[in-house]
Amino acid sequence: MAQKRVLMKGNEVIAEAALRAGCRNYFGYPITPQTEVMHYMAKKMVQIGGNFVQAESEVSAINMVYGAAAAGARVLTSSSSPGISLKQEGISYIAGAELPAVVVNIVRAGPGLGGIQPAQGDYFQATKGGGHGDYRNFVIAPASVQELYELTVEAFNIADRYRMLVMILGDGTLGQMMEPVAYRENENIETYEKPWACTGRQGRSEHNIVTSIYIEPDVLEAKNRELQDKYALIESKEVRYEAIGLEDAEIVITAFSTCSRISRNVIRQAAELGIKVGMIRPITLWPFPSKIINETAAKSSVKAFLDVELNAGQMVEDVRLAVNGKKPVYFHGRMGGNLPTQKEILDKIIKIHEGGAV
Amino acid sequence: MAIVFERTTGLTDKPFHYCPGCTHGIIHRIIAETMVEMGILDSTVGVASVGCTYNSYEYFSCDMVQAAHGRAPAVATGIKRSLKDKLVFTYQGDGDLASIGTAEIIHAAARGEKICTFFVNNAVYGMTSGQMAPTTLLGQVTTTSPFGRDASYQGYPINVSELIAQLTGAVYVERVSLTDYKNVMKAKAAVKKAFEVQMSGKGFAFVEFLSTCPTNWGKEPCESLEWLKEKMIPQYPLGCFKGADLDLEVKS
Amino acid sequence: MIDFSVILAGFGGQGILSAGKMAAEAALYEGKEVSWFPSYGPEMRGGTCNCSVVISDEAIGSPVINDADVAICLNQPSMEKFENSIKPGGVLIIDSSLVHIKPKRTDIRFIPMNASDIASELGNMAFATISMLGCLSEATKCFSRDSFEASLREVLPERRHHLIPGNLEAFDKGASFAK
Repeated sequence: MAQKRVLMKGNEVIAEAALRAGCRNYFGYPITPQTEVMHYMAKKMVQIGGNFVQAESEVSAINMVYGAAAAGARVLTSSSSPGISLKQEGISYIAGAELPAVVVNIVRAGPGLGGIQPAQGDYFQATKGGGHGDYRNFVIAPASVQELYELTVEAFNIADRYRMLVMILGDGTLGQMMEPVAYRENENIETYEKPWACTGRQGRSEHNIVTSIYIEPDVLEAKNRELQDKYALIESKEVRYEAIGLEDAEIVITAFSTCSRISRNVIRQAAELGIKVGMIRPITLWPFPSKIINETAAKSSVKAFLDVELNAGQMVEDVRLAVNGKKPVYFHGRMGGNLPTQKEILDKIIKIHEGGAV
Repeated sequence: MAIVFERTTGLTDKPFHYCPGCTHGIIHRIIAETMVEMGILDSTVGVASVGCTYNSYEYFSCDMVQAAHGRAPAVATGIKRSLKDKLVFTYQGDGDLASIGTAEIIHAAARGEKICTFFVNNAVYGMTSGQMAPTTLLGQVTTTSPFGRDASYQGYPINVSELIAQLTGAVYVERVSLTDYKNVMKAKAAVKKAFEVQMSGKGFAFVEFLSTCPTNWGKEPCESLEWLKEKMIPQYPLGCFKGADLDLEVKS
Repeated sequence: MIDFSVILAGFGGQGILSAGKMAAEAALYEGKEVSWFPSYGPEMRGGTCNCSVVISDEAIGSPVINDADVAICLNQPSMEKFENSIKPGGVLIIDSSLVHIKPKRTDIRFIPMNASDIASELGNMAFATISMLGCLSEATKCFSRDSFEASLREVLPERRHHLIPGNLEAFDKGASFAK
């Protein structure tokens, strides 16, 4: 049964959700705009006897995550774009050693120090492997505070289920905003045996090793293939998205997180003008909902796609691959920490509808 | 028949890959023996680092986690914080600990992490073929200081133990060598003490081993031991820098 | 009511963010959907700050407001900034104790009220924003006085409940400006 709705900040809800998911280890380094995750943890972890360490750097924090995960614990770190860049080394090692961990990225505008306002410029580094080597992160993009809660709990389950890193990709808007959240009385916590964990042998006949190094090419290639098989399984089972109005949509918006929120308003405004607009909102950015996009592109009622992002056009590449030339795919993006206005998006919809140049 | 010598169960059967005359093997052995003798092999997690000892995880028979270059103290922090009743050690070389991992080791010590770090200083990068390390001596020829380390150009060697000893969180810091039986026994006593410090919950324990690298020093094994005594010890004096008189009553 | 939007703006330290949160709490008490989004940045006490509150009977689209139904401004820079963000037919409420200019717009309802003076009379400067929430409630009915009171009881810790009567007095004084 759902409990009473309380008004909370997105960042705090992430922290609360992690605690509810049984996470008792948090390692982080301060950076705007995710700081409330850390503040919440600094207080709560001490109160409940968990671990909170303010590390000397992002690099160190992600390696503490690696250590705690290797010891079999549920573990969280949070950061924002420049900090995530620093964590990429550790993220690659976590992928290589197949460790379960949850990393939150409350994205801000880049490149470089950039700014601290909301952006989605980290889509590439989140979904395409920001670190070295062939690997994937499971990437979740919540669009509301309630979803931040539910998907953060789920992130820990997925991490343990597949022994991999799950990244929650938010942005400054989602992290800083308050919305009502209804917590469940009983969390759905999946428990998995971790016979591989380094906890001390405690009578085991063989020692456990957590590593990502395989010097022999054949051994490493076999390991690579194992990873790729796992990723293929995830792509077949774990894709999540929300579809709105695809039955009769002429124009389909693709947008995740904050952009999907703005686009919802646009869909309503377009309907008032007699333009049927639908939306596919990827909830998992990897695995990417290619199939539904491809199927939608094949529908005769669909004339075009409009991808809306807070970047120069990153997810749009995956949308184009999925559409595979069946319909035109247009793009509207804002950068620097600015958000597109509803009017900007609506104007573009009108132009596409009229068949004009976009 | 009485057994006078046997392999320690603290090591696996995997043959070492270390070069002849390198003292990593001795250091491995005394750490492994100490774990067995103290009865902690089953409750210890080791952290291997990057360098010649990258696959020390295959030799130590306790649970082992392989860390990224320089990050072992952070990885050990994550392990120890979630396994408070277990023992955790890192095994790191001079490039790993004193160069790329400087921040991690200083802050683990400053936080007083209840872990042991075994630091192997052979004044050179071994694995990547003999480059200058932060601990390379002045005048020492390496592949990246081919005319000898020049202070005006490449700066000065870092005395890590002395540096760590400045930090309040580090409660036991000692530098040892392995040049003869007596020193090997002293080194082993230091390893034991480091684990005891961790068990006491007092703070961070650090043992620096002066070690040889005949291959990259371009010397015969015995000659290397002599070079260590003549050249390294004047720069890196042996002894206990902190915690010589610690009261190590183990916390119940 | 769908995506009813309010911008509150003023100096940091005036209680802008908490007033926005209280408006959201009151509407939430009525079972409405709400969102609250603050300006964030390298801001400090004395700098400008604002927050956006959206109240709706349906799931809220954007929490970020381009065209507001109401703007509540507690200083002159905020009024200059947000006057043009109000929808035609919308409402502009200002603290006339602090803002001494008049809007250029003629297609909006303008309610000047001496909020800081009211607060000062009541002996608690935090009541300035509260009185403006009273005005907001009366002018737009986006939440009721009852919900405001009930949400205060829920949100405030017990030890602060003695402040509730003062809050309600400020609220009522503010409401009178919209009648």
